[in-house]
Amino acid sequence: MSDTKPFITLVVGALAVSSAASSAFASDQINIVGSSTVFPFASAVAERFGKNTGFKTPVVESTGSGGGLKLFCSGLGENTPDITNASRRIKASEIDLCAKNGVAEIVEVKVGYDGIVLANSRASGVMNITRKDIFLALAKDVPDGEGKTKPNPYQTWADINPALPAVKIEVLGPPPTSGTRDAFVELAMEGGCKKIDWVKAMKKSDKNAYKSLCHTIREDGAFVEAGENDNLIVQKLEANPSAFGIFGYSFLDQNSDKVQGSTIGDIEPTFENIAEGTYPVSRSLYFYVKKAHIGVVPGIEGYLAEFISEDAAGEDGYLADKGLIPMTEEESTEWKAKVKGLENLSM
Amino acid sequence: MTDHIDIISVDGSARHRAQKRFKSYGLLAIGLSLTFLFIMVGSIVLRGSSAFKQSFVQIKIELSADAIDADNIKRVRFGKLLKQSLRNKFPEATSRKDKKQLYKLVSPTAEYSVRKQVEANPTLIGTSAKLWVRTSSDVDMYLKGYVDANLDESKRRLSDLQLEWISLLQRENKIESRFNTKFFTGGDSREPEQAGVLGAVIGSALSLLVCFMLSFPLGVLAAVYLEEFAPKNRLSRIIEVNINNLAAVPSIVFGLLGLAIFLNFFGLPRSTPMVGGMVLALMTLPTIIIASRTSVRAVPSSIREAAMGIGANKVQTTFHHVVPLAMPGMLTGSIIGMAQALGETAPLLMIGMVAFIVDVPQGITDAATALPVQIFLWADSPERGFLEKTSAAIMVLLAFLIVMNLVAIILRRRFEQRW
Repeated sequence: MSDTKPFITLVVGALAVSSAASSAFASDQINIVGSSTVFPFASAVAERFGKNTGFKTPVVESTGSGGGLKLFCSGLGENTPDITNASRRIKASEIDLCAKNGVAEIVEVKVGYDGIVLANSRASGVMNITRKDIFLALAKDVPDGEGKTKPNPYQTWADINPALPAVKIEVLGPPPTSGTRDAFVELAMEGGCKKIDWVKAMKKSDKNAYKSLCHTIREDGAFVEAGENDNLIVQKLEANPSAFGIFGYSFLDQNSDKVQGSTIGDIEPTFENIAEGTYPVSRSLYFYVKKAHIGVVPGIEGYLAEFISEDAAGEDGYLADKGLIPMTEEESTEWKAKVKGLENLSM
Repeated sequence: MTDHIDIISVDGSARHRAQKRFKSYGLLAIGLSLTFLFIMVGSIVLRGSSAFKQSFVQIKIELSADAIDADNIKRVRFGKLLKQSLRNKFPEATSRKDKKQLYKLVSPTAEYSVRKQVEANPTLIGTSAKLWVRTSSDVDMYLKGYVDANLDESKRRLSDLQLEWISLLQRENKIESRFNTKFFTGGDSREPEQAGVLGAVIGSALSLLVCFMLSFPLGVLAAVYLEEFAPKNRLSRIIEVNINNLAAVPSIVFGLLGLAIFLNFFGLPRSTPMVGGMVLALMTLPTIIIASRTSVRAVPSSIREAAMGIGANKVQTTFHHVVPLAMPGMLTGSIIGMAQALGETAPLLMIGMVAFIVDVPQGITDAATALPVQIFLWADSPERGFLEKTSAAIMVLLAFLIVMNLVAIILRRRFEQRW
């Protein structure tokens, strides 16, 4: 008989667990979702906020910008996130989705900037490249005279521009699910694509063809999808001095002994250049707050105050040490006023 | 005509050779797998063992009674006091740039450790105390030998001036390498030198507890019913095939299912070990059912016949004789299932357990992460200091697995001894 006892205990235990599930929960903790690029900054602020105040440390999830906004716009209430981070601005379609699900009032907060770099190992020389060269090196199809395209024929960098090194084109970059990839395609590829006059004209006449030409990355092995892990790309670059990698500025900053950023249009990817806006491949980072949750979920206002404080987002703040490029003083004052007044998002 | 002995001896040598060959193949296979295992564990230990040490620096800090309100210690800006004492120590740092470099010698969140030490020992207030705080991760990496000081200044994260300060502090014995207890007693942090695995270990333990509580009884009951009571017809065969198929479903699918059912339909809280455990239970159920059925089937029918023969009914036969005999096999199946569950990250991604969580969870409804998720998050962080922490967390995960298996083996032995 005694042998059945542990068995019965387990069954009772299981029932206890399942019944605990049905009891109610009060949300006493801020829930943050969104971009993996903003994640390191948001988590640093969350940690300080938790230590400086008596509130529970917010939970920060890294879901990607799109995934975060989808969760954020799924409705109001305990089981929906209070804040979502984004490495791009919210889209009109997402605002509509939010409004449809009752999330009418949203506070937008601009955090700062992030640069995307094309880097290689310190063992090779620094490459000076233009956005047009980047487009020609990585696009699936390239222009072939007026109005025509051909599959990308370039095998080495020197094929595109004799000033570039005569090594095989080999670029390691993030997969399509990544916000870094989106931004790279939009800023570097499309930026270079537009430099060709007839392509620029096509933007007005045939937007779809324009997009597919400028946004499609080649698939013949010259561009390698290296996964979302940027540390891995850095390690691969170290092992292969002729390869280039695409990642965020913070990884260049942390690994400056191993890799160097290529200059784009004669502009080096440095903290100053990105902050001034002269480095062409940089994007703004944002987060969005549900106004209806402010005051209901404790601490949201405190978290906002911590994020925009000089200690955090200032020029010498701890976020700058983590690789975030702060806004200019003017811009920052403007955004601080908006956040303090909890101004509603307007496009 | 040859002798029988001759045939045997001639044949024998060929047979012996074949046997020897086979033996050497086997040895080679074992040797190779051991080498790979050794290389893997070796590289992890090599990279991760330095994470168990952390360098500390001694700072003389003026804790004047005017600056510190003992009743409201959370409000005190210890960061300011810490920066002041660093400036006192190295008065040559006057320019803004130099001062910034100076502050980067200590951990960016060292002020909280000062606060903690003052809170623990209020008699320090009003004195000038010598407190030990963690160095920043960059300094720690340098002291552990991961930074090449011969590189050009622009290529490393520590400047010549900072290296000078560090060597001065070293000469004065104000830098010390200590055992990094916080790695085992703290939650996650954005600063590598402050990060710990306890939150993830407890998160994993709580999830597995929920998973075991749900999947073990359900799995065993299902297996016993299917094997001993269910009529052998078409329906039970369909169920059997489907359970086998379920065992091969990729784990992310269970995560999606968990998201749709537990979070969206039942409205259970996101990022909690409760939901994590429920999703993992779904995943381990088929493994447990299959293993349990096999071990129930392996109980000789003579046992059942003997029990029936002395008048036991079906339920008595099953629960007094068959199940206890099959228990060791069932436990083995559960161990395999739980070990699989321990290493899963994909299903946890969908239910929000892949998150930055600082507070150590107190119960199954607190937000928590799990060990493999913590490893994934650290491996993905830009800071160099997280490299060693990643390997160290893998070592903790392996230790967790070994402890879990040991407990299971001991349990199994106990059940075995009764019969």
